[in-house]
Amino acid sequence: MTGRALAVSGMAVAVAGCGGAQSVFSPAGPGASRISDLAWILIVGTIVPAAVVIGLILYAVFRGRRGGGGPRVGDTRVILLGGAVFPALILLTFSALSARYSAEVAVPPSPPAFTIEVTGHQFWWEARYPDHGVVTANEIHVPVGQTVRLQLAASDVIHSFWVPRLHGKMDQTPGHTNVWWMQAAEPGVYRGQCAEFCGLQHALMAMLVIAQPAAEFDAWIARMRQPAPPPADPLLERGRQVFFEAGCAHCHAIQGSHVLRFTGSVGPDLTHLGSRRMLAAATIENSRELLRAFVVDPHVFKPGVRMPATRLPADQLDALIAYLATLQ
Amino acid sequence: MPPADPPLDARLASVWATGPGFYGWLTAVNHRAIGLRYIVTAFVFLLLGGLLALVMRLQLAGPELAVLTPGGYNQFFTMHGSTMMFLFAVPMLEGIGIYLTPLMIGTRDMAFPRLNAFGYWVYAIAGVTLYVAFLFGTAPDGGWFNYPPFSGPGYSPTAGIDFWVTMITFIEVAALVASVELIVTVFKQRAPGMSLNRLPLFVWAQLVMAFMIVFAMPPLMLVSVQLMLDRVIGTHFFNAAAGGDPLLWQHLFWIFGHPDVYIILLPALGIVSMIVPVAARRPMAGYTLVAVAIVALGFLSFGLWVHHMYATGLPVLGMNFFAAVGMMITIPSAVQIFAWLVTIWRGRIVMTAAFLHVVGFLVLLIMGGITGIMVSAPAFDWQVHDTYFVVAHFHYVIVGGALFPILAALYFWFPKMTGRMLGERLGRWSFWATFVGLHVLFFPMHILGFEGMPRRVYTYLAGLGWDGMNLTSTIGAFVMAAGILVFLVNVFVSLLFGARAGADPWGGNTLEWATSSPPPPYNFPTIPVVRGRDPLWDETDAERESWATSDPEHPRREVMVTTLLDAAPDHIDLLPGPTIWPLWAAVGAAIAFLGSMIHLLLVPLGALVATVAFVAWLWPPREEFPA
Repeated sequence: MTGRALAVSGMAVAVAGCGGAQSVFSPAGPGASRISDLAWILIVGTIVPAAVVIGLILYAVFRGRRGGGGPRVGDTRVILLGGAVFPALILLTFSALSARYSAEVAVPPSPPAFTIEVTGHQFWWEARYPDHGVVTANEIHVPVGQTVRLQLAASDVIHSFWVPRLHGKMDQTPGHTNVWWMQAAEPGVYRGQCAEFCGLQHALMAMLVIAQPAAEFDAWIARMRQPAPPPADPLLERGRQVFFEAGCAHCHAIQGSHVLRFTGSVGPDLTHLGSRRMLAAATIENSRELLRAFVVDPHVFKPGVRMPATRLPADQLDALIAYLATLQ
Repeated sequence: MPPADPPLDARLASVWATGPGFYGWLTAVNHRAIGLRYIVTAFVFLLLGGLLALVMRLQLAGPELAVLTPGGYNQFFTMHGSTMMFLFAVPMLEGIGIYLTPLMIGTRDMAFPRLNAFGYWVYAIAGVTLYVAFLFGTAPDGGWFNYPPFSGPGYSPTAGIDFWVTMITFIEVAALVASVELIVTVFKQRAPGMSLNRLPLFVWAQLVMAFMIVFAMPPLMLVSVQLMLDRVIGTHFFNAAAGGDPLLWQHLFWIFGHPDVYIILLPALGIVSMIVPVAARRPMAGYTLVAVAIVALGFLSFGLWVHHMYATGLPVLGMNFFAAVGMMITIPSAVQIFAWLVTIWRGRIVMTAAFLHVVGFLVLLIMGGITGIMVSAPAFDWQVHDTYFVVAHFHYVIVGGALFPILAALYFWFPKMTGRMLGERLGRWSFWATFVGLHVLFFPMHILGFEGMPRRVYTYLAGLGWDGMNLTSTIGAFVMAAGILVFLVNVFVSLLFGARAGADPWGGNTLEWATSSPPPPYNFPTIPVVRGRDPLWDETDAERESWATSDPEHPRREVMVTTLLDAAPDHIDLLPGPTIWPLWAAVGAAIAFLGSMIHLLLVPLGALVATVAFVAWLWPPREEFPA
């Protein structure tokens, strides 16, 4: 079971700071921030009356066995005041606040700069930037301080797009395209996770949203638009051949000039695999060793993913991994 | 009631008795026999569902553990949810209702005793089948909510989902049967003088629950048949690629699913309304308000289903209406809480294990209630939906709001059911372990939800800050399980060595305490006449009038039918006796439904068996047509 040990050592959340990476109460964007305000209002506004009522009940129970106590007004009046009038006042206030906050965070605070199409698959995310002609997977880069329009869809079963520090979740349902938005107020890496049960690897279907200053974001876009470079030496050329011959290309795309292109569309686009922070839907650190282990048997890390294990001779595997690592 | 008349008792007993031996057991139709079977069977499923939860908590005790495989975990959480909702909570409360309702309203049996037996057999077969499938590794793994397309033919090709769909259809039949039975019995068989405004509050709750089942189960039946058709003959109700819509399932499932929560909660609230006045030695305050609140809960609960669907992309304006209903449903609950509070406050509390569980229930219901108010706000829900916050919320509501009243009911009516008291000391130990364990188990889940931990995950990565709270939660689960274990020990010890209970160990107010413990097969030697809401407190035994059987020399299986509103005596009806045919009808239905998974020819075969059984069941007995 060396695989298991490797899996344990390699799996990580890859967000600096550790802990609170998905905390609703450390908002980093206007959506999550407004919701966290509402949450505090609701928490305090319900706990206080609840504590009073629980206190009254415990007092009534434990004040001993004296009979005939209680307020000196009729039963009906106490029940209606405490059980209907008073809660109705609080709840009407909550309903109004809920309607206001919900309407507010449902629409973007500023006109969106561009659209990202995020499609949920079992068990990873495909992200397309139609305005920029960029396709990537599991790592979504956005410019800080700008609103991004999200067009959420699913290719197989229902998933739910959720980056808790930026905004609430929105389902990705086959047959429906939901429009949502996000905005990061400060640069950082924000972890998100699928929030609708979608099968065997629902638990580890994660992604990273990387918020960068505009200039860095533009540089990233420019890099993403570059096709994969042609193999620079015979080992890499061999790796590219293995990618084709071993069947990887059936599922994965690598953008390139027409003779160098692969167009599989079942798994994540690998054109810039080497530049990602994480592998396997933000679950494994992106190192050569872990990439190799994942290619050999992805089910050690993520039982149930559609990618099959490979039985390549060591030299072919070396070449393949070397080639994949050059896809920056 | 007049003093017992031994010859009359013997004659009545011979008419109402169930046959001897195992065959007699199979043919029993008496409401107390059926009610007890529901209670015991549902309790076994509670234990099984609890064991599944313990294994799940072991798997989640730390990050990246491998106690269960991912597929195993998915089966476990699906079985846990389905067991607790379909095989434990609803049948348990129906069982308590089937046992107690005729006793509380002063009649000898329910309106359709054989239908009652049929409902039980259907339920038992469904539950056992699901667990047999689980033992053979083909349990459903799509969650108790079972959303397509994941549960459809494309993504769940194994038979697990088929078992689930079949089981659901079966449970629906059992629940509908019990509901019709309860409605007719409550409307037409109340003791003379028990007008609707004197109906015990538990019976009010059972009545409203029964009506809710009648309206809530058909959407589920419809949608589960649609899923079955998608899976078996290739229709496309939920297949978006062919013009179907996965959201159709969600709407119809939750139109059933949200009322279902209140179907479970209402009878539990009714139980509390029975125990509180007895513990406080005082009539229930605000009886009319509580009855109205029960009915209001029944109606409002049908206007909430969208709050399970806030994140599906529905229009925000529409959601606001559901949000408002979600908040307003607090009011009828709060009215009942204040009615209990006033009753307790003005009364002289006699602390018993049953009442201790009621106090625990009040605390837990309020704690689960306020998180319910929170999640009814769409914006808040967009963050916590499908996280452990919601897991914490509904476990506080369902464990606190239903399991605690169920345990209270078992402490309170165990003497009536068995003739022996349930131990008070063990009862207190069990209460504290369960109550403390529950908080240690579920309270950290609120925080886990806020920290971003989604539901239905078989594992999580280290470094997300979830490890400590998950471990705490697992420890709490075992403490709570210990509490339930103590309860179980208490039941067995008390059955063997418990103090003998008289007819009325608590000084109760309602009719079930007027007859012996356990009651004779005919419940009451003579049918009491009711003059108030608390018949046993309003009059002494000597003052109470009662009606004898129409011909005390030659009694038959007679029940008195009374009018709907005022319960004025109307006529005498004859009930059918014990028979084996309901069991055969259930077996026939099982062959048809389960057979559809094996070979389609089994469907007509099962239907034939069921038809023959139904004809034999309804065949009129000779003695009704004297020569």
